Amino acid sequence: MAERVALTGNDSAAYALKQINPDVVAAYPITPQTELMHKFAAYVADGEVVTELVRVESEHSAMSAAVGASLAGARACTATSANGLALMWEILYIASSCRCPIVMPVVNRALSAPINIHCDHSDTMGARDTGWVQIYSENCQEVYDNVIQAVRIAEHADVRLPVMACLDGFILSHTLEALDASDDAAVQEFIGPFERPDSLLNVDSPETFGMFALQNYYFEFKKQQVDAMANVPAVIEQVGAEYGELTGRSYGLLDPYRCDDAEFVLVGLGSTTGTAKQAVDDLREDEGLKCGVLKIRCFRPFPAARIREALADAAVVGILDRAISFGLGGPLFHETRSARYGDGGPMIDFIYGLGGRDLSLDDVKGVFHALAEAGRSGEMDPLTRYVGLRE
Amino acid sequence: MAELLKKDEMKPGAIAAGGTMEQLYTGSWRTYRPITDFEKCTNCLLCWAFCPDSAVPVKDGERQATDLQYCKGCGICATECPVDAIVMKREDELSEDE
Repeated sequence: MAERVALTGNDSAAYALKQINPDVVAAYPITPQTELMHKFAAYVADGEVVTELVRVESEHSAMSAAVGASLAGARACTATSANGLALMWEILYIASSCRCPIVMPVVNRALSAPINIHCDHSDTMGARDTGWVQIYSENCQEVYDNVIQAVRIAEHADVRLPVMACLDGFILSHTLEALDASDDAAVQEFIGPFERPDSLLNVDSPETFGMFALQNYYFEFKKQQVDAMANVPAVIEQVGAEYGELTGRSYGLLDPYRCDDAEFVLVGLGSTTGTAKQAVDDLREDEGLKCGVLKIRCFRPFPAARIREALADAAVVGILDRAISFGLGGPLFHETRSARYGDGGPMIDFIYGLGGRDLSLDDVKGVFHALAEAGRSGEMDPLTRYVGLRE
Repeated sequence: MAELLKKDEMKPGAIAAGGTMEQLYTGSWRTYRPITDFEKCTNCLLCWAFCPDSAVPVKDGERQATDLQYCKGCGICATECPVDAIVMKREDELSEDE
């Protein structure tokens, strides 16, 4: 029986973790994630889960403990933000390379310095090459839904890769929202038991993980990861469809909004796409501007073919980037442009919201107007623009 | 040498197979080679105990010739040998019988 509940983004991720009831959770506090594990620790203390909660001394240790638990056959989870994710760096690669299906909510926050606790995507964008699947959420309902689906995606036999379920710090993590939650039994039935075909504790068939593989074997292990990533899109769509049958809320790789006849399309991740959808409604109503939003739900693997298809008819495409690859530009812009190589129309990169700077409805409307102006004049320069920056 | 496994024959994320180091020659970057005088050697096996790799084979309690597939020439065996039976010589200065 589904229930209507009021939860923040952190609460909804913690509630999903409670219903997942992982064997092991290892975590270390960092704003704005702290409250998520604070809530989950209360479920542990109240006996609502069987989880072994390991309180470690750093995020490096949190990820290490999750890797060890996963290799021992446990369903393992953790959560972090920003500098905590950065401290996990070394072990992020080990988790994906050892094919540990760890699920980790990441509450997106700016990286220091200067120290800043608010939202941008520089933390997870920096981790985009670590071999983890990355899914972004627009609102607290999606946070809840994505954490649950992440378990199925990560543990699928064709995948066996760790998944980051990303949510915007404070904008989602600390904002109360009404959402629908399934009951515990339905979630348990949906995710099923965790079974790995091999584990450290299988004494009948002992395994070794992460051992030396030099010039003779390393390359093949890396290609195995490439192959596993290539299997992810079909699994995400299958799991998203099954989840839709359970809850009425289906999910895919992308979420196009009013794109069918749109001349000007904004591509983005996370909570900003909600603001952009409102801007689309307003601009279509007030000005007759044919605009739309393409929300990228799955950023890794990057659904290049689907994006190319979704943007095929747009006159000018704008990208909303909440991170910078210094010396290059916005990562979402450059990946989208690569995806459209050979048959893509003009694109402009709009970098916004670093360190939590607000992107208002009017700001997004301004971006759409800039796209429309570029469409009229044919002038795309400057290719990289900064929204809401004082200069 | 055993034939190497192909990508899809390997278990994802696990060790490819047991004993894969047998196929690699990690002593190839050695600059100094330990030369053992078996006339002096007392088979105390301190060299075996201290060797950080597996370059000192022992058979029936007796030290065998250094395994040059793995010996990287660190010289710990020569330092630890209590009877100075091991000396380190540059690879490019070895005589033919060494």
